[in-house]
Amino acid sequence: MAHKNKDVVYGLYDDEEIMMKAVKKANSDHLEIMDVYSPFPVHGLDPLLGLEESRLHIAGFVFGSIGTLTAFLGMTWIFTKDWPIIFGGKPYWSVPAFIPITFELTVLFASIGMVVTFYTICGLGPGVTNPTLDDRITDDKFCIAFDKSEVSTSDAESFFSATGASEVNHKTI
Amino acid sequence: MSSVVSPIREPLVTGGKTYHQITEDMISTTERTPSKPWVIGFLLSVMVLSFGIFCIIWTIWHGIGTWDLNRTIGWGWDITNFVWWIGIGHAGTLISAILLLFRQKWRTGVNRAAEAMTIFAVMCAGLFPVIHMGRVWLAIYIFPYPNTRGPLWPNFNSPLLWDVFAISTYFTVSLLFWYTGLVPDFATIRDRAKGFRRKIYNFLSFGWTGSAKHWQRWESLSLILAGLATPLVLSVHTIVSFDFATSVIPGWHTTIFPPYFVAGAIFSGFAMVLTLMLVVRKVLHLEDYITLEHIESMNKVILATGSIVGVAYLTELFISWYSGYVYEQFAFFNRALGPYWWSYFGMMFCNVLSPQFFWSKSLRRNVLFTFFMSIFINIGMWFERFVIIATTLARDYLPSSWSFYSPTWVEIGIYVGTFGLFFVLFLIFTRVAPTVAVAEIKSILKSSGDQYTGKNAVHHDDHGHGEVVEEAH
Repeated sequence: MAHKNKDVVYGLYDDEEIMMKAVKKANSDHLEIMDVYSPFPVHGLDPLLGLEESRLHIAGFVFGSIGTLTAFLGMTWIFTKDWPIIFGGKPYWSVPAFIPITFELTVLFASIGMVVTFYTICGLGPGVTNPTLDDRITDDKFCIAFDKSEVSTSDAESFFSATGASEVNHKTI
Repeated sequence: MSSVVSPIREPLVTGGKTYHQITEDMISTTERTPSKPWVIGFLLSVMVLSFGIFCIIWTIWHGIGTWDLNRTIGWGWDITNFVWWIGIGHAGTLISAILLLFRQKWRTGVNRAAEAMTIFAVMCAGLFPVIHMGRVWLAIYIFPYPNTRGPLWPNFNSPLLWDVFAISTYFTVSLLFWYTGLVPDFATIRDRAKGFRRKIYNFLSFGWTGSAKHWQRWESLSLILAGLATPLVLSVHTIVSFDFATSVIPGWHTTIFPPYFVAGAIFSGFAMVLTLMLVVRKVLHLEDYITLEHIESMNKVILATGSIVGVAYLTELFISWYSGYVYEQFAFFNRALGPYWWSYFGMMFCNVLSPQFFWSKSLRRNVLFTFFMSIFINIGMWFERFVIIATTLARDYLPSSWSFYSPTWVEIGIYVGTFGLFFVLFLIFTRVAPTVAVAEIKSILKSSGDQYTGKNAVHHDDHGHGEVVEEAH
C-alpha cells in the first residue's frame, strides 16, 4: 500500500455511531471510501464497507492439519521404522499414546501459522512503519478517508460537513 | 455494539468515562516516572530474584543432593512448585479464551494482566523441571531430534514428554495471543509518544494503523485463537495430572485426576489474578475499570471451582474406602493422619472450607476479605500439590523404604526466587504496557459504561441508536 504516495482527505468523527451513519451516506452517494480507521473494532461496519468475512480460519485449518500430520506421522515413522522400541509391552504403533502430542502440535502449528498469516496479509510486523493519518485515531477519533484520485476534494469536504465530522484534514501518505 | 443489555446488568466501566479518558487513564501509567512503591517493589523483587539465581547456581554446582531428596522421595518442593505455578498460569488463558467464547464482557477489565501473569507463571514453572534434571546442559535431550547416540528419540509414550509439548505449546500460544492483543494498545502509546519512545513503540506496535480490515482480521484471529486455546488450557493440566495418574502409586493412580487438576488450576489461577489485580487497581487507580462487579464475578468462579475441588477430595476419600484396596486406603489414611497431617488439613481448610464464605454476596464484594482469601487459596493449593507429591511418596509399598523429607534452604531459596522473577517481570509489564486492554474496554463502553447502562444511565445520546443496532445484525 505504501509504494505509491496517495493524496488523502480524511474526516474525523467523535463517535462511532455518527461515523457509521456517514459511511451509509457515502454508500448511497456512491463515494468510494479508501479506508475507515478506528481505535477499536466497530461492529456492523464490515458489511457497509463491503468487506468480506475474513478467511483466516482457513489458514488455521490448513496449518493445524499440517501439525496433526507432522506429529502423528512423525511419531509413527520414528517408532515403527526408524528406531522401534518396546515400552511396557505395548505395540510399537501405540496410537492412544500419540494423541496428546498430536493434539498439542495441531494447536501449536495452527496458532503460529495463523498469527504469521495475520501479520503478513495485514502488512504488519516488527520494524514495519505504516503511514498513519492522525495520532488521535488510536485514541478516540473515528476516521473516514478518501483517496483524492477517486473522490474530488470538494465532494469530500461537503460530505464531511453534511455528516457531522468534527475535523477535516489533508495528508499525503 | 450490542446495545441490547439487560438493565439489571451492572456497569463494568464506572465514572462516566469517555474514550479519551480511558486512553488517558490507562496509558498515563506507562508515561509517569515510576512511583515510590513501584521502585521499592522492584528493588525488592530483584533482590529476591538474585537470591533465587544464587540458589540455582548452587544446585547446579553441587548437584541435586543439596535438596535432600532421597531414594523414596524423588519429587519434593521442586515438582510441587512446578505444578503450583503451572496451575496459576491457567487463569490468564481461561479468562481471555473461554470467557471470550462465552461473551463475558467483564473479561476485558482483567484479561490483559491475567494473560501477562500466565506467561510469567509458566516461565517460573518451566524452571523447576529443567533444574531438576540435574545436568541442565543436557536439557536439549527432551526435544525430538535424532541425537548423537544414534538416531535415538525421546519416548513419545511418556507423560513427561507430553508435558514438554503441552507446556511449550501453551507458553507459545499464550504469548502470541497476548501480544496480538497488545499490538493496538502499543499503537495507542506510540501515537502519544515523541522521540525515541515513539520509535520503540513503533517497533512494538508492528505498524498498526487501526484500519477496518485489520480490525476485522484481528477479531477473527482472537476468536479462533480463543477456540484453540480453550481445549489447550484444559489439556495442559490434564497432561500434568497424567504425570501422576499414569503411575502405579496408590493415591496417584486415579482417573479423577485430570478434571480435578484442571478445576484446581483455575481455582488457584483466579486467586492469583485477584491478589495481583486488587493491588494493581489500588496502586494504579483503576477502580473504575476493575469494579466490584469484576471482583464478584471472579469470586463466583472461585466458589464454583473451589467446590469442585472439594468434591474431588471427598470423592477420592470415598473411592479409596469403597475400592477395598488396602494400599489405596492406607494412602489416604496416611495423607490425613500420617507424618504430614498438617499439610492435609491446611489444604482442606484453605481450599474446601474457606471459599464457601463466598456464598455471601457482601463477602464476594468485600475487597479486603477477597484479598486475604486469595492468599489463603494460593497457600491451600500449594499444600494440595505437596500433599499429593511428598506425603504419597513418603509412604510407599515397602515399609523399609519409608522416609521423611523436608526442604533445604536451597530449595526454599529457589521457590522464593521464582517470586522474585514473577514480580520483576510483572512490575516491568505494568510500566511498559497498559495493564488493562485499552481497545477492548473502549469496545464495551457503549454497552457497559455506567452512563449508558445501570441505574445512573443518562439517555441523552439518542441519535440513530436503534438504527445502528438493527444494521449491525
